[in-house]
Amino acid sequence: MDQIFTANRLTDGLVVYLTEAGDWSEDVNQSFVCANEDDLASYEKRAVEAAVARRIVEPYAIDVQRTAEGVRPVRYREVIRAFGPSIDYAPGAA
Amino acid sequence: MYRYDEIDQAVVDQRVAQFRDQVSRRLSGELSEDEFKPLRLMNGLYLQLHAYMLRVAIPYGTLSAVQMRKLADIARRYDKGYAHFTTRQNLQYNWPKLEDTPDLLAELASVEMHAIQTSGNCIRNVTTDQFAGVAADEIDDPRVYAEVIRQWSTFHPEFSFLPRKFKIALTGAPHDRAAIKVHDIGLIVRRDDAGNLGFEVVVGGGQGRTPMIGKTIREFLPKAYLLSYLEAIMRVYNQYGRRDNMYKARIKILVHEIGAEKFAQEVEAEWEQIRHTATDIPPEEEARVRSFFSAPAYRRFDGTDAGFAAKKLEDRAFALWVRTNVVAHKQPGYAIANISLKPVGKPPGDATADQMDAVADLAEQFSFSEIRVTHEQNLVLPDVAEADLYALWQRLRDHGLATPNIGLISDIIACPGLDYCALANARSIPIAQQLSERFSDLDRQHDLGELRLKISGCINACGHHHVGHIGILGVDRKGEEYYQITLGGAADEDAAVGEIVGPAVASDELTDAIENIITTYVGLRQNGERFIDTYRRVGRAPFKERLYDAG
Amino acid sequence: MTLVRDREVITSPWPTAEIDGEVPILSLDDWNVRRDELRGGNAPLGIRLASDQGADTVADDVDRFSVIELEFPTFKDGRAYSTARLLRERHGFRGELRAVGNVLRDQLSFMHRCGFNAFEVDGEDAADQLRLALRELGAWYQWTGDGRPTAARLRRSGQTERVQG
Repeated sequence: MDQIFTANRLTDGLVVYLTEAGDWSEDVNQSFVCANEDDLASYEKRAVEAAVARRIVEPYAIDVQRTAEGVRPVRYREVIRAFGPSIDYAPGAA
Repeated sequence: MYRYDEIDQAVVDQRVAQFRDQVSRRLSGELSEDEFKPLRLMNGLYLQLHAYMLRVAIPYGTLSAVQMRKLADIARRYDKGYAHFTTRQNLQYNWPKLEDTPDLLAELASVEMHAIQTSGNCIRNVTTDQFAGVAADEIDDPRVYAEVIRQWSTFHPEFSFLPRKFKIALTGAPHDRAAIKVHDIGLIVRRDDAGNLGFEVVVGGGQGRTPMIGKTIREFLPKAYLLSYLEAIMRVYNQYGRRDNMYKARIKILVHEIGAEKFAQEVEAEWEQIRHTATDIPPEEEARVRSFFSAPAYRRFDGTDAGFAAKKLEDRAFALWVRTNVVAHKQPGYAIANISLKPVGKPPGDATADQMDAVADLAEQFSFSEIRVTHEQNLVLPDVAEADLYALWQRLRDHGLATPNIGLISDIIACPGLDYCALANARSIPIAQQLSERFSDLDRQHDLGELRLKISGCINACGHHHVGHIGILGVDRKGEEYYQITLGGAADEDAAVGEIVGPAVASDELTDAIENIITTYVGLRQNGERFIDTYRRVGRAPFKERLYDAG
Repeated sequence: MTLVRDREVITSPWPTAEIDGEVPILSLDDWNVRRDELRGGNAPLGIRLASDQGADTVADDVDRFSVIELEFPTFKDGRAYSTARLLRERHGFRGELRAVGNVLRDQLSFMHRCGFNAFEVDGEDAADQLRLALRELGAWYQWTGDGRPTAARLRRSGQTERVQG
């Protein structure tokens, strides 16, 4: 199963994904998809280091599928994290 | 309403400074997330699915217009222009930044508000009847005692690391609008035979995965001993409540395991030892607190306002709103006006910053600048002259705040669910939206009458599904959202835990399932009885039969 | 771990042990075995109670101990706050009451209000930690046996301005 690393950014709490270069992006399509044990191990190390370095909080790996539209989390919970609440949620926002 | 003195202000100001220091220690790395988490939780700051969430205390659901305007201002400046009123009479911001929270808390402190003890294993915000002080059926104003409890429970040095969270609710009226029997402690104001004021003390109610109705451990506690008796309960719980399993750590499990009688004996024995210490407040302090809750300068009216009666006849939409949203007031010529935060198709309990400002303006114009928040996630203007109701209603309508559905099927309680909450298993808000759309026909809603529909996205039951006439619980079935239906629950003085009607249904079948249950009710009801009365008379069987045989 | 005592930063109603580090600390089990032998002696003696060993376990013997240590196995286990108040307010313990185990800076003021007057904390700056913690909140609503005036008492005597904002 393909996996990516996700977390919440420490300063603002927003959902972020670990990119190939080791940065953290709010865009799930920028995430690096780990397709084998070696990738998983090395990116997990990067995720843990980022937590220690106070960039992000509570990193973990999630299952994803690569689709025509891009990287899509398998679990519904993670779909909501990736794309926001499933409802019309900020009526007061400009 | 209560106003802070130098002491109250110092406590919240110092708390802001303390949290500012804690946040800066976290951002600098002095504190790890594991060390910081309990500190931020003690200040109501969670990390949810999408972002941090800040829960602001609205003590016993009372707000001034100034405070409401500040909450709106914060929603605009630190969030995405809206906020969510919860079943604990609190308010939640869904998108604050950690680095902004000290400033945000300082803004709250500037209007005598805070986020103290809105999370963590401590005594949470005390809740009460949203009609406190104005209800026609009230024995005594519960806000007096709620404020006394607020102060006593704030940074209580002995009870800030309890086995689990702890919720106290009280009612000053025999009709319970505060769901006191599903709280860790519920207090009901009573008079003894000699006319003295005191409380019936109910302990061990709660929802979550083990729902229980509280048990009365004392029929009458003289009011002077409120705090020492609460302290005795808390001390017994702090020492003997289970700490080995967080699912068994609430006081309801302790009361259940040792029995209410034995628990009461332990409390009484402890109370005997401390009832003569300085734990209780002196009468002059109670009098000082009470003085803040004296009645506003009501205008004098003789009988019902003629214009009000005429408008009800002329304008059917207004009459419908009055029927559901306006409640009798103790003062002749005045009324209590409920503001529904449940418009068709919108998230229950959400309000935009513009709507919050509008409510603040209307409170100033029509209700002595006071607003209440209900555990049913609606707002209340408690002191409106009947003569002003039509003008108020027109203004509310301009802001989408005049939905005439209080207590009806579309007045749904729903937790944030999987759209926001890190604990949820399934979504709640879209279910509430679908149901409110299916039952949007007002004539039909009014025909169905009082019907309490409550939705939780997980077993923690923030959406109070256990005590809904119809309760809906979201569950995860191999990655699919399913919903379990319970029937027959109630949160008032006849509190009851609902019974599961049968196997959970898929999300796309749920609205039809509820329709099926409603149809069964309409076929069975006699003499205009409410859903809950029909259910109590006929039981679960006919509902179950219709629901599952049909499919 | 550093042991810090309140007399280093504050005037406190309780005495702390004068003999640093030399008081033998027994477990409750040891004490129960040797009680007859040690009960009558005068040599300084201490006891350590686990968080599930409440104040009742030593209620009749408190005057024999110079030091009582109460354990916090994790900061979340708040039983010792009640044990401390009962030892001070009900059983009249006047010796040194130590908080040991998972004792966090952000809990010191709560502990002090419950009657602890010595704290085993991480870090060389223990006295500074305690000094800061005891200053963080200048006003309290609740009565405990520590002698601090409650908000209600300050209000009655018209001294609310004494509270530092």
